[in-house]
Amino acid sequence: MKRILATFAVGPFLLGLGACGERPQVIDYKQGTYQGKQDTPPYQAAPFSGNKSQWENAIKTRQQNQNEYKRTH
Amino acid sequence: MARMKFLCDAERCIECNGCVTACKQEHDIPWGVNRRRVVTINDGVPGERSISVACMHCSDAPCMAVCPVDCFYRSEEGVVLHDKDLCIGCGYCFYACPFGAPQFPQTGAFGVRGKMDKCTFCAGGPEADGSAEEFAKYGRNRLAEGKLPACAEMCSTKALLGGDGDVISEIYRERVTRRGKGNDAWGWSTAYGRPETQAPSAPPVGGSPAAPAAATVSKS
Repeated sequence: MKRILATFAVGPFLLGLGACGERPQVIDYKQGTYQGKQDTPPYQAAPFSGNKSQWENAIKTRQQNQNEYKRTH
Repeated sequence: MARMKFLCDAERCIECNGCVTACKQEHDIPWGVNRRRVVTINDGVPGERSISVACMHCSDAPCMAVCPVDCFYRSEEGVVLHDKDLCIGCGYCFYACPFGAPQFPQTGAFGVRGKMDKCTFCAGGPEADGSAEEFAKYGRNRLAEGKLPACAEMCSTKALLGGDGDVISEIYRERVTRRGKGNDAWGWSTAYGRPETQAPSAPPVGGSPAAPAAATVSKS
C-alpha cells in the first residue's frame, strides 16, 4: 500500500521533469553567418575516403574529356 | 583547385535542351522546377544565339547577401549551396539573382511557395554524401563521385563546360583560337564550302546556266 502511495506521489514529479529534456526550437540567429548544418568536402566519403589528390585527379580527367581537341588529335 | 564554374559557348549551343533533361533526370526534379534552362535570343532569325543558364555559383553571390536566415554557404570548391532545413521560402534570393536561378516548388494550395531549389553544381548539400536525405533534398552528389555536373557532361556539342574555372576557360580559349570567327565558327564553310569558291548564284544574262563541273566546292 505504501509503495502505491509513493508511486502516486513521485509519479507527477517525474512526469514534470520530462519537459526539462525539451530542446529549444528557435534558431539562435547570428546575422551574416551561415546558420545551417556543416557540409563535408566531396572527397570525404566513399569512393575517395578522404584522399583529396585522388579526387582532384578524377575531376581533372573529367574536365579534359570536355576538350575534344585533346580527345581527337 | 580554383572555383567551380559553368561556361556556355553560345556559338555551339543548338538549343537541344539536353542539359535541361539531364539535370531533371539526374536529380529527379519535380514539374515546375527548372534548375537549368536554355535561353534563345533572336529566335528564328539567322544568327540566333542560345545559352544554357543555371546558377552561376557567383564568387560574390547576391542570394547569399540578401538571405534573411543565412541559409547559404560556399563550399571549398566555390559552389554556392544552401540548407533547405533553414530556408523559409521568402523568395528574396529569386529577386536578387540576375540569372533567375532560385526556383520555388508550388505544391500547396493558393500557390504557396515551398523551399527554394537551385542548381547545386551536382554537389548535393549539407547532408551525408550519397545519402537518401541528400538525394531527396538536393539531388545526386556527382562531385563526391569524382564526376562533373550531368548537364555539362551530357552536352552533345560540348557547348556547356563545367569545372575548375581556370581549366574550362583554357579549353574555351583554345577552341576560339582554332575555330576562327564568322562563317568558320558557324561551320558553314565545313558543310557548304567557303563562300569565295562557290558558284555564282545566278546565271549570266542571256547565257546558259553554269555547268555543274564549274561549281567547285572546297572540301577543307
